[in-house]
Parts: sequence; structure tokens; C-alpha cells
Amino acid sequence: MSSTSHGSTPYYYVPHASRHPAMAALGLFFVILGAGQWVNGVEWGKYSLFFGLVFWLGVLYQWFGDAIAESEGGQYGHKIDLSYRWSMSWFIFSEVMFFGAFFSALWWARAHSVPMLGNLDNALLWPDFKAVWPTAAAGMTASPAGIVEPFQTMTPFWLPTINTALLLTSGVTLTIAHHALIENKRDTTIKFMWLTVLLGVVFLFVQGYEYAHAYSDMNLKLTSGVYGSTFYMLTGFHGFHVFLGMLMLLVITLRLQKGHFTADKHFGFEGAAWYWHFVDVVWLGLYILVYWM
Amino acid sequence: MSAVLDSHGHGHDDHHGAPHGWRRWVYATNHKDIGTLYLLFAFTMLMIGGILALLIRAELFQPGLQLVNPELFNQLTTMHGLIMVFGAIMPAFVGFANWMIPLQIGASDMAFARMNNFSFWLMIPAAAMLAGSFFMPGGAPAAGWTLYAPLTLQMGPSMDAGIFAMHILGASSIMGSINIIVTILNMRAPGMTLMKMPMFVWTWLITAYLLIAVMPVLAGAITMTLTDRHFGTTFFNPAGGGDPIMYQHIFWFFGHPEVYIMILPAFGIISHIVPAFARKKLFGYASMVYATSSIAILSFIVWAHHMYATGMPVTGQLFFMYATMLISVPTGVKVFNWIATMWRGSMTFETPMLFAVGFIFVFTMGGFTGLILSMAPIDTQVQDTYYVVAHFHYVLVAGSLFAMFAGFYYWCPKWTGVMYNETRGQIHFWWTLISFNVTFFPMHFLGLAGMPRRYADYPMQFADFNALASIGAFFFGFAQVYFFLFVVLPAMRGHGEKAVAKPWEAAEGLEWEVPSPAPFHTFENPPKLDATATRVIG
Amino acid sequence: VNDLPGGPAVRQLNLQPGATKIAQEQGWLHWFMLIICTVIFVAVFGVMFYSIWKHRKSVGHKSASFHESVKVEIAWTVIPFIIVILMALPATKAVVAQKDTSNADLTIKATGYQWKWGYDYLKGQGEGIAFISTLDNAHREMSNNGAKGVDIDNYLLKVDNPLVVPVNKKVRIITTANDVIHAFAVPSLGVKQDAIPGFVRDTWFRAEAVGDYYGQCQELCGKEHAYMPIHVKVLSAADYSAWVATEQKKMAAKQDDPSKVWNLADLSKRGEKVYAANCAACHQPNGKGAGPIKPLDGAAVVLDADKNKQIKVLLNGQNNLTMPSWKQLSDTDIAAVITYTKNNWSNKTGQLVQPADVKAAR
Ligand code: HEA
Ligand code: HEA
Ligand code: CUA
Ligand SMILES: [Cu+2]
Repeated sequence: MSSTSHGSTPYYYVPHASRHPAMAALGLFFVILGAGQWVNGVEWGKYSLFFGLVFWLGVLYQWFGDAIAESEGGQYGHKIDLSYRWSMSWFIFSEVMFFGAFFSALWWARAHSVPMLGNLDNALLWPDFKAVWPTAAAGMTASPAGIVEPFQTMTPFWLPTINTALLLTSGVTLTIAHHALIENKRDTTIKFMWLTVLLGVVFLFVQGYEYAHAYSDMNLKLTSGVYGSTFYMLTGFHGFHVFLGMLMLLVITLRLQKGHFTADKHFGFEGAAWYWHFVDVVWLGLYILVYWM
Repeated sequence: MSAVLDSHGHGHDDHHGAPHGWRRWVYATNHKDIGTLYLLFAFTMLMIGGILALLIRAELFQPGLQLVNPELFNQLTTMHGLIMVFGAIMPAFVGFANWMIPLQIGASDMAFARMNNFSFWLMIPAAAMLAGSFFMPGGAPAAGWTLYAPLTLQMGPSMDAGIFAMHILGASSIMGSINIIVTILNMRAPGMTLMKMPMFVWTWLITAYLLIAVMPVLAGAITMTLTDRHFGTTFFNPAGGGDPIMYQHIFWFFGHPEVYIMILPAFGIISHIVPAFARKKLFGYASMVYATSSIAILSFIVWAHHMYATGMPVTGQLFFMYATMLISVPTGVKVFNWIATMWRGSMTFETPMLFAVGFIFVFTMGGFTGLILSMAPIDTQVQDTYYVVAHFHYVLVAGSLFAMFAGFYYWCPKWTGVMYNETRGQIHFWWTLISFNVTFFPMHFLGLAGMPRRYADYPMQFADFNALASIGAFFFGFAQVYFFLFVVLPAMRGHGEKAVAKPWEAAEGLEWEVPSPAPFHTFENPPKLDATATRVIG
Repeated sequence: VNDLPGGPAVRQLNLQPGATKIAQEQGWLHWFMLIICTVIFVAVFGVMFYSIWKHRKSVGHKSASFHESVKVEIAWTVIPFIIVILMALPATKAVVAQKDTSNADLTIKATGYQWKWGYDYLKGQGEGIAFISTLDNAHREMSNNGAKGVDIDNYLLKVDNPLVVPVNKKVRIITTANDVIHAFAVPSLGVKQDAIPGFVRDTWFRAEAVGDYYGQCQELCGKEHAYMPIHVKVLSAADYSAWVATEQKKMAAKQDDPSKVWNLADLSKRGEKVYAANCAACHQPNGKGAGPIKPLDGAAVVLDADKNKQIKVLLNGQNNLTMPSWKQLSDTDIAAVITYTKNNWSNKTGQLVQPADVKAAR
């Protein structure tokens, strides 16, 4: 319920009863139900999964539509704006912790499990295994049980470095767009936003190409031992986040074209930008820890 | 900002009434309704988890397998743990948070009302998947609630259902926590500074922070389990350079803070009840806040006390041992503060106070057994025995659950508008307290004598204490059925003495400034507070 | 039932009496902690109940108004801190002693299997001895039958082959596992060490008295977790030497000639035993599997004309080692069990796998 009916912007806008949350939960029900079946090779799983996803996205579309309409309708006061800022910051913190789990896994594998598998005590179990990171580079060592086919490791040159450049540039273009918005040069904003989105898309294509190359030319796969596991899960989740961030920026761009946001009130824009910068920083971590070290 | 406010305060006539029928609940955006939903959901899960526990106890009543086979036994144990932790205790505290935080800080609602409802409704599919996994081929997950690799790799399809359900529960927790933090940080009534905030709000602020920090880590751990199971990764498989112990480190980095997530809000509730019934202000408010924060900070560096038996280097064992022992200090501060609050008060012992005193007494026993467990050499004897089971039921049941009962009795008038029946409350308390101890105290002996946990059958020497524990468990279960049928239901139906706005003589806080039951909308415009931020003055 | 020496006693209230220095130290530490905690507990709750009694409203007590005192708050932060440090001191000593596995007289590898223990004497007197230790099947049956009327002291603790060690010698136990995590634990010897697949960990004990000591697997390892006991038999030096001698003779007699060529009937018969001891727990005696466990009856790999496929599975495991590797079995045993599965139930391939085939595939 809006908190007061008089005055234009309420002190703190509280929405009316809404069917979106329950519907979104229903959508996700089909998603997890399907996912759980599909990974076990049950055919209908994937239909449930996709149905759920589409349903959920449909609900989100309406939900965000409502929120945008409320925002544009002047229902959101200063307090709400602050709430969004806080919530976006905490959400990004939770994402940092999520990536933290996978970075820790990488660190643990390199600093503990692989060296330990190769140490003297463990020679009892794996006499032939020499602990060299990665666990099974061609012609160097074998994985402890020899279940990993030889593979090559991904080096920073050139695809990952190109991608670094792409992401860093996109950070700059995004900032230019932001400044332009503050100065009310909306055309510039929109132009640079498209450029940012484009850079994101190119990044994803380069990464896709990198994966294809890894699979077909380097024999580097998800199954390439713990190196392959951490490599693909870290870069994969990052890529997925780039995709999400790119979608956010795309929505913001379309909204800008519709005339949404003003020079001094545009948290939707900023939130997406924070997210993008976060994705950027994670990439730098990856670039150093996964590709260089 | 035209945010300021026609300030004729709270409780002015609102032309939006409460919506009616099922839509009121399914489409809810009202923090009180959502709080109620959470509480009912949690109670249902407590019943389900409780029934699983009773099946476990029934099987363990005598040596030998009588009711279930060992496969099913492990499923029962696992699902009991998962359902109690993620389905009962955590959601119940979120329910308390939903109901009380906006009332206690003078906010109109939670910061994101729709997301709030989303957090709730996400739990339904997840719970359905968890409970439904018993009917999947191969039965429910049976790797323990800790889901250790590589045993999880041997589980059937229900493991994946479980993993996805946990993802959803995690998402729900994270959204719920963000909501709570933002509400607390951004929606306090003017004049309520952080250091004037009610303790329950403080403890939840810190709990929510813990949740946001560790739920994603759990998500990471179970995602790795999922890919190890189906996509050929080898995070936890030494054959490919991975390590099963890595799972444990990641899990317990989540798991230990998780246990404080389940106790800090309980500390908050107790910190309201003790002063109210001692008719004396909470002793050492500031040190309570600092103690809570130190517990939270320390909770991130003690996780490996669950892993002494995995074989760490000496330095690792010593570090985690010292860090764990340190947590007794801030926890002790809390206990001492509660007792100092009682000291030279003017005490009465209505049911909330009984449960609060019971909490302090029995929880401290659980705390001491925790301290004993934290000593690595003693843990060598009792790790993975019933001593641990006794420890954590003392802190979880006599801790978290007792605090919830206390909180229910304390705030029931505000929620329902009627007083609960005092005699029945007292019966419930004594029945619960006694049967609780009959159930779980003998488990200390079993553990010390070496009875391992997660055992479907055990040597004859353990028979008597097991029988005693099983009998206690059934009495304990019936006490909760009594509670539901004879205390909760009548109150929900509005049977009982009408409650005034502030039924407890010396209770403090903004929740007592609004009528009982709390109207559908409260504090739509920020109230004006007195200097202590406990009374509304305009 | 009676008390079981070296195992639990009836209605036992405290730790099992220690038969090693470490176990005694643990017992002492437990008393030490228990007493301090009890004293604090009684003191703290003495105060609380005194207050509850005296400061009741019903006796007309009026509440005071104090609600802060920096002095006492500092006191009850600092004093527990000091207490905790005092507790940590003896614990530290014990941890260091417990962890010191150097200079062992005898080194034994204990391998956890689902659901039995394998012992390999690696170094010291008896080197080369290796055997598997399983719960007495009669006990497992009793358990299934509800243990009605059962009145035996070592229920669920009786094994076919106990782990035999000499008295007063430092025995280093190296743990590892074949499939999932298990834990090697013997309370009266004061040891508990998880057995982790793919990794080795170690612990040690020096038993001070001859006798039998019992323990159980203490890490959830699947359905038969409650049924993989540990029985350590501590013998005097002389008895131990005698045991080693007979054991080594037995080993020599059992030694199979890996180049022997077998006929189908003999090999199948032997395979049946290997199957019952190792495979039936998961794949079921009828070969149909259960839940996530794949059936063998009619399985493509088993029926395949290329016998190397099945040999590979047994040697290396499959499905992320959900099907563990069985390479610790002898060539003859592996050959026998494969031959058995290829010619049992509805599988009638007539194929014969010789030990030499397995040896070649290793
Ligand atoms: C609400 C949940 C909760 C809480 C609050 C705690 C609190 C503590 N826990 Fe517990 N714990 C669990 C839930 C909880 N635990 C669970 C669920 C498990 C098992 C998980 C599993 O394996 O499935 C577990 C297991 C567990 C273990 C691992 C046991 C094992 O597997 O071998 C250890 C070991 O150190 C431990 C220690 C502690 C300690 C030191 C505290 C401390 O916080 C306690 C501090 C409190 C006090 C000490 C009492 C009050 C203090 C005073 C009155 C001051 C004076 C005191 C002194 C100076 C000593 N816990
Ligand atoms: C979080 C909170 C929590 C709570 C509240 C409980 C409550 C109880 N638990 Fe606990 N338990 C855990 C958390 C909890 N548990 C965890 C985390 C584990 C570890 C799991 C693992 O090892 O992986 C565990 C493990 C565990 C074990 C060890 C199992 C094993 O190792 O094999 C046992 C054994 O006795 C047990 C017993 C009980 C009992 C008797 C209760 C009682 O308090 C329950 C009381 C019962 C009720 C409240 C139900 C009332 C309902 C009825 C009487 C039926 C009436 C029917 C209708 C109304 C329709 N639990
Ligand atoms: Cu092996 Cu439990
Ligand atoms: Cu812990």
C-alpha cells in the first residue's frame, strides 16, 4: 500500500499486494525440478527447466515493469533510492563471497591438494605422481590416477589479454556514459551505453571462441582434472555474470532511449554500473590468478 | 524530497484495509502477514523434522534394526538435520524478524515488500523438493546434513534435487537478509540511532550480515558437488587432483557461522524478555552489542574445529582450538549481562521469562560442552559421537527453539491481540524442559562411552541410555503438539483474554506503542521518539 | 550384557579407561575441563538462582536502576579470558604429543573400504602381512533380525581378522580409504583419524597392556556405516612374533601363481567368493544393483566381447569412483570375479579371464 495518499511522493512507498513473487517462485520450482531431473538424464527435465525459466522471466518482466512504472510515476522518494543503493551493495558482497568459494578452491588445489598428492607420504598411494601444476600437462605429469588426458594450459596470450582490454575499455565507456547522463547529454549517454553493451557481447564471443579452441585444440576440458575444473568453473561463472551484467546494461540502455532516468535520479543506471565494475574486478582477479599464475 | 511527512503519527485511519481471502497471503506484501507465513511454515517443518527425529529415536530405542533399514536410517538423519536447520530454525527467526523489526524500529514495512514475499515463497518449492526426495528413486539424500564428498557422489538423483533446493533456500536467505539489513540501516525512525536500537534488531543486523557472507559459499560448495557428480569435474576427487577435505573446509566456512546464525537472534529475543520481567533495564547494552559483533567476527576463523579428526598439521589444530575457545569470552559476557539484569530486579515468572531463564541455564550447558569439544585432544575422543549430538541439541533445541518459544509467548499478545493461557504456557514449559533433558542429557554419556553418531544400530552396552533418550524424545514431541493445539491455535483463533497495547508491565520498545493486535499498517509515517527511542511522543 | 573390557561398559558415564598415555591424558583433560566448567556453572547459576529467589516481585523486591558498570564488565571479560588461556595450556601439550608420529616401531596402513577395513603391515616386524577385517556376518544377521534375545558383549564389534599389534611398541597407523571417507577410531587407545580416499593421514598409539580394544568407523560412509568395527588385539612380544610367523606361513601358502591358467568352473567358483566379499554389498547378490548402483546382470560392459573393458572398470573405478577401484585385489581375484560375473545370472558369455590378462592390463 502506498503509505499516504496525499502528497505526491510517499515517505516510503510500500507496494500493493502483488502476485509476482509467488508466481516467480512457482517458475523457479519448475526450474529446479527440471534441472534436478535433467542432470540425471530424465527427458522431461529439460522441458520443465525451460518452461520454468520462460515463466520466471515473464514474471520478472512484469515485476520490473511495475517497479519501473512506480519509479517513473514518482513514487520512489529519497529513502527508496537509498534502500536500492544499500541492497545493491550487499548483493554484490554476496557475489564476492560466491566467487570467493571458487577462488579458494583454486588456491586449495594449488597450494594443498596437488602438492600433498605428490608428497612422500602419498607416494604410498600414487607412486608415479609428480606434483606439478597443472595436474596433467602434456608430457609432464599424470593426474594421480591417470584419469586425465594430457592437455595444454591456457596462457594469457592473446585471447584473455584481449578480453581484459575489452572489459577495461567497457568500464571506461560506461563511466563516460554516466558522466554524460549527469551532464544531461542523453545522446552521448545512449551512444556510449550501446558501445558498452557491444563490448560485453564481444567479450562473450571471444570467451566462447576461447572455450572452443581449448576444447578442440588443447584438449582442455571440464574433465581435465582439478585444473580444468577450476578453470572452467571460474571463467564460466564469470562469463555468466558478464552475460547478466550485459543484460542489465541493455535494459538500462533501452530505458534511456525511452526517456527514463534524469540527470540526478538514475539509480537503476548506477546499480547496473556497479555490477559491471564488480564483474570487471573479478575478471582482473581471474586474469592474474587463473591465466598468469 | 517531499518525504516530510504529515506527522499525525501512527495508527491513523487507513482506508486500505487488509486484503481478504487467500490473496492476502499468497500476494502478501505486508511484513506482519509474511512474518506469520514464515512462522507457520517453520512450525510445519519443525513437525516434519520432528517426526523424522522420532523415527530415528524409535529405531534406536533398542539395539537391532526394527523399523527401518540402514539406508533409510541415514536418509532420516540427513533430512532431519537439513529440515530442522534450513526449514525450521532459520525461517522461524526470519519470521520473527519480519514481524518485529519494522515494529521495533518504527518503520512502515520491510524495505522491499515484494522481494520479502518472494523470499518466503521460494521456500515452498525448496521444501517440497526436499521432503519429496524421499519418494525419488534411491530415496532421499543420505550423506548427512553436512553433505560430505565423496559420499554425495554416490547418492541417487535426489541429491541433485537437494542441491537445487539448497540453492533456492540460499537465494531466499540472501534476499531476506538484504531486506533486513536495508530495513535496519535505512528505515529507522528519526532519533533511533544505532546504539539505541533494540537488541533483537542488533542481533539480526549481524545475523543478516553473516548470512550474506556465508550462504554464497555454501552455494559454491554444493555447486562443485553438482558438477563433480554430473559434469566430470574433480574438485573433490583425488584421482584428478582434487581433495575431499576441500569440501569440508568450504562447507564449514559456511557451517560454523551458520550455527551462530541460528543462535544470535535467540540472544536478541532473550535480551528483551529478561529486562521486561526483571523490571530493570538490560545490563550492559553496549557490551552486548560488542559481544555480538565479536562472536560474529570470530565465527569466521574457527571452522576447522569440526575437522580435527581429518588430520591437520599441529599448528592448524592449535590455531583453531585457541580461536574457538576464545568465543566463550563474548558469549560469557552475554550470559553475565543477563544475570546482572536479573540481579536486584523485581522478577516475575510468566511463561516468556520461564523460557528465557530455561534458555540461559540449558544453553550454557551446551556452550560448555562446546568448549570441551573445542579442545582438540578431547575432541579426538568424542568427535562424531553422540556427545556432539548432545552438544548441538543443547544449543539448538534448548537454545534456538527455547528462545523462539519465549519470543512467541512474549509477543503473542501483539500478534494475535489475546493473551495466551498462562497455565498452559507453564505446563508447556515444564513439560518441554524436563523431557528435553531426559532426551538429550543421556547422549553425553553415550558419546563419552564412544557411541558414534549416524548409527542405525549399536553395541548392547549403549542400550539403556538410548531407550531413555527415545522415551524422552516422544514426550518432548507430544509437548510440542500440546503447545500447538492448546496454546497456539486458541491464540490464533482469538480465544483468550484481550490484550492491551502493552501487556507486560515493564516491557520496553516501540512494538508496545501500537495497539494489540498490531494493526495491519503501523508507523506509515515515522513516529517521533523520546530521547531513549523507546516511546512514541507524537 | 556385561561390560566389554577395551570397549564400552554398560551404562558407562565417562570416557573408556585409557590403555595408552594419550588416552589417559585425554581422560585427564576431560576431567579437568569438566571440573572447571562445573565450578563456573555452579557459581554463575548459584548467583542467578539466588537472585531469582531473593529478587522476586512476589516477595516485594523493588528493582534497582543500575544498568552498567564498566568495572565489572571488564572483569568478566578478562577473567574468562584468563581461564581460557589456562585451559589451553595442557591442551596444547596434549595436541603436540598426539601429533608426533615419528620413530614408530611398527607402521600399519589401515584402508577404509565400504564396509570393512584393510590392514597392511608396511614396516617393522610383520612387514608384508596384509588382510581384510570384516564384521562377523552372524552379527550383521542379528542386527537385521532386530537383535531380539541377543545378549552378547561384543555385539557388532566382532570381526573375522583383528588387527594384531605388539604391546609397548609405538604403532603408527596410516589411514586412507578406497571409496569414501571413513574414520579409524579406537577410544581406549585414544586414536581417531579420518581415512580419506586418495590421501594418507597418520596417527599412533602405544598400548600399555595386553588385551582387546574395540572401535568403530566414525565417519558416515554409507548404509553399512554402523557395521565396520575395529578390533585391535594387543599381544606380548613373544605372542606377537608367533602370530607373525603363522601369518607369514599362511600368506605364503595362499600365494597364487599369477601365471597359472585356470578353467572356467574353478575360476567361477573362486569368483563367487570374491563377489560375495566385495561386490554384493552394492551390486546385490542377484547382480541387479540398487538405486544409483548399476546392475551387472545383463550389463553391456559385462557382456562385451572385449574383456579389457570390464578389467579397466575394476582396476580404475568408474563414475568418479562411485564404483571404486579394486586394484588392491590380486590378479587372480579380479580375474575370478570378472569371470564369475560374465557367467552368472542371465550372463552366459562363456568368456574366461585369466590372471595374466589382468596383469597385462594393470
Ligand atoms: C546454535 C548452534 C550452536 C552454538 C551456539 C554452538 C556453540 C559452540 N560450539 Fe558447537 N556445534 C553446533 C551448533 C552450535 N554450537 C552444531 C550443529 C555442531 C555439529 C555439526 C555437525 O557436525 O553436524 C557443533 C559442533 C561443534 C564442534 C565440533 C564437534 C565435533 O564434530 O567433533 C565444536 C568443537 O569445537 C563446537 C564448539 C562450540 C563452541 C566452543 C561454542 C561456543 O560458542 C559456546 C560458548 C558458550 C559458553 C562457553 C557458555 C557461556 C559462557 C560462560 C558462562 C562464560 C564462562 C566460561 C568460560 C570462561 C569457559 N561445536
Ligand atoms: C536445528 C534444530 C534441530 C532440532 C530442533 C532437532 C530436534 C530433535 N532432534 Fe536433531 N539433529 C539436528 C538438528 C535438530 N534436531 C541436526 C543438525 C542433526 C545432525 C544431522 C546429521 O547427522 O546429519 C540432528 C541429529 C539428530 C540425531 C542423531 C541422528 C544420528 O546421528 O543418527 C538424533 C537422535 O536422537 C536427533 C534427535 C532429535 C530429537 C528427538 C529432536 C526433538 O527435539 C524433536 C521434537 C519433535 C517434534 C517437535 C515433533 C512433534 C511432532 C509429533 C510428536 C508428531 C505429531 C504429529 C502431528 C501433529 C501430525 N537429532
Ligand atoms: Cu566406514 Cu563409517
Ligand atoms: Cu562450529
